[in-house]
Amino acid sequence: MTNKILILAEHDGATLNPGTAKAVSCAAAITEHGGGTIDILVLGEGIDGVAAQAAAVAGVNAVLVTDAAHLAPPLAVNHGPELAAAAEGYSHVLAPSSTYGKDVLPHAAALLGVNALSDIMAVEGARAFKRPIYAGNAIVDVTVPDDVIVCGTSRSASWPTAAEGGAGAVQARAATSQRAAHTRYQGLAGAGGDRPDLQTARIVVSGGRALGSAENFEILYRLADGLGAAVGASRAAVDAGYVPNDMQVGQTGKIISPELYLAFGISGAIQHITGIKDAGTIVAVNKDADAPIFEIADIGLVGDLFTVVPEIEQQLS
Amino acid sequence: MKILVGIKRAVDYNVRVRVKSDGSGVETDGVKMSVNPFDEIALEEALRIKEAGKADEVIVVSIGNNDVQQQLRTGLAMGADRAIQVETGDTLQPLTVARVFKALAEREGAGIVLLGKQAIDDDCNQVGQMTAALWGRPQATFASKVVIDGTTATVTREVDGGLETLEVDLPAVITSDLRLNEPRFVKLPDIMKAKRKPLDVVPLDELGGHAGAAPATGRHAAPAPRSRGVMVGDTAALVAELKNRGLV
Ligand SMILES: Cc1cc2nc3c(=O)[nH]c(=O)nc-3n(C[C@H](O)[C@H](O)[C@H](O)COP(=O)(O)OP(=O)(O)OC[C@H]3O[C@@H](n4cnc5c(N)ncnc54)[C@H](O)[C@@H]3O)c2cc1C
Ligand SMILES: Nc1ncnc2c1ncn2[C@@H]1O[C@H](COP(=O)(O)O)[C@@H](O)[C@H]1O
Repeated sequence: MTNKILILAEHDGATLNPGTAKAVSCAAAITEHGGGTIDILVLGEGIDGVAAQAAAVAGVNAVLVTDAAHLAPPLAVNHGPELAAAAEGYSHVLAPSSTYGKDVLPHAAALLGVNALSDIMAVEGARAFKRPIYAGNAIVDVTVPDDVIVCGTSRSASWPTAAEGGAGAVQARAATSQRAAHTRYQGLAGAGGDRPDLQTARIVVSGGRALGSAENFEILYRLADGLGAAVGASRAAVDAGYVPNDMQVGQTGKIISPELYLAFGISGAIQHITGIKDAGTIVAVNKDADAPIFEIADIGLVGDLFTVVPEIEQQLS
Repeated sequence: MKILVGIKRAVDYNVRVRVKSDGSGVETDGVKMSVNPFDEIALEEALRIKEAGKADEVIVVSIGNNDVQQQLRTGLAMGADRAIQVETGDTLQPLTVARVFKALAEREGAGIVLLGKQAIDDDCNQVGQMTAALWGRPQATFASKVVIDGTTATVTREVDGGLETLEVDLPAVITSDLRLNEPRFVKLPDIMKAKRKPLDVVPLDELGGHAGAAPATGRHAAPAPRSRGVMVGDTAALVAELKNRGLV
């Protein structure tokens, strides 16, 4: 059977999230086993721009656009049923493993009556995959039976962003559902800012409990701005209120794969390491020579971050 | 209002999990088992809702063999009113678990099904979403704040872009994120009291049984190791190393 793959696009109404093009790479790996086509489903309102971006991803066959008022903002109770309806006739349905993809994909899978795979990190066959369990302490082989749709999220840190240059055919697809009246969107308090996005930045500067306050994080923001880097944090720093939740890196925060990760005053708990294992180079600065983070750091420096951070900034400028 | 809380028995989060040498699974012999941390948070939230006078009964539910009774007793000691063990010896997929929660929610007439956002063993992050879909009720996942107001709940959700707020009609499914609350500690007298609280055992088949074709799990492998790199003596050496490697 040739593969027919549908990818749920993630976007903010204007821009396609890079997780989508990463899911295309995951889909392309599936088509290496028996060929097939890759389509993208864009759900929202006023989304022609997003559809055009999706069509331009290399390897995309068709872009299905369902433009309807009830599909913005992107709530799982409205997107899940549309994804399930659109999935008919497909062998695979994928979504990025973001909070959006993780909210919508299992919802759709349940409506389709099938199980789902979270965080696909490798493709071994059209129905054979690898995914992490136990916070990435084990990688398990999973095979999906032949007679069901494969539903899964693709682990963004495991897949490269598919190139541009595609020429997918954009097709309108009528909505099949209506707004779920039981759920009302009240708003999004975004941290925003113009710093690079944590999940796509080449360099990430990250701080832990040792920073001690929101004010002290300023030294990391300054260093990051000089490097064109994104800023991340450990859970301890988020829980203490030094930084907002969307900066958390780790098992229950963001899983990232920058070329360079600089960790300041982070001990290296297993849940944090899970989030950075795919980084190219990990640098750790910690005043405790026995901190576990040094066991996995490529470059380690025992020192006080309040001395080291300004020194790095100065020596790089 | 009744609140159903999912309690999964999982390897304690402090345990460094190791893959068995034959690749058949992970080492669980003699390993400390606990309540999945997200479920402790879900239960704490349910108890706080009840203590605020907005719910009448908190029911903890675990699906598994008799070992899960240990975690259900922990839930009772924390303050749940009663427990239900949905009995099965099999490994479960989230879709089956979701069918159980939907069936129990209907049987009990639950106002909220409060689950963890993810079990830290399978790391699926699916059951809440699937339960909401099957039940046709609101889905408020990754909650960091829950406010109950009569027949609605206002839930703040931790999403990649920040904090999203939803207002949902009850009954609804809510899944807990880590910052929802700090679970209370269990006190010794509560453990004694918990022994006398009701714990019902219901066979899985009575609540729908297994759902559909399950993915087969095969070999387990340890992740590619990252090894210890170089230690440098001072900031100048660190910056030189970064420049050498062409990283800055
Ligand atoms: C279910 C679950 C999920 C979790 N998910 C995550 C997650 O996604 N992400 C995450 O990060 N954590 C997560 N955690 C928490 C994790 O276990 C750790 O508690 C947390 O990562 C610790 O953060 P930290 O390293 O900043 O703090 P600490 O462990 O307190 O470490 C602070 C470090 O700073 C060093 N230090 C102190 N002062 C200085 C100084 N002046 N200069 C240099 N170094 C200094 C200390 O030596 C120490 O090593 C989770 C926990 C659980 C139970
Ligand atoms: N066997 C189980 N018994 C009780 N609750 C469960 C079980 N499996 C999963 N859950 C609930 O569903 C949540 C999400 O699990 P998962 O989708 O497997 O990551 C958990 O935090 C629990 O609240």
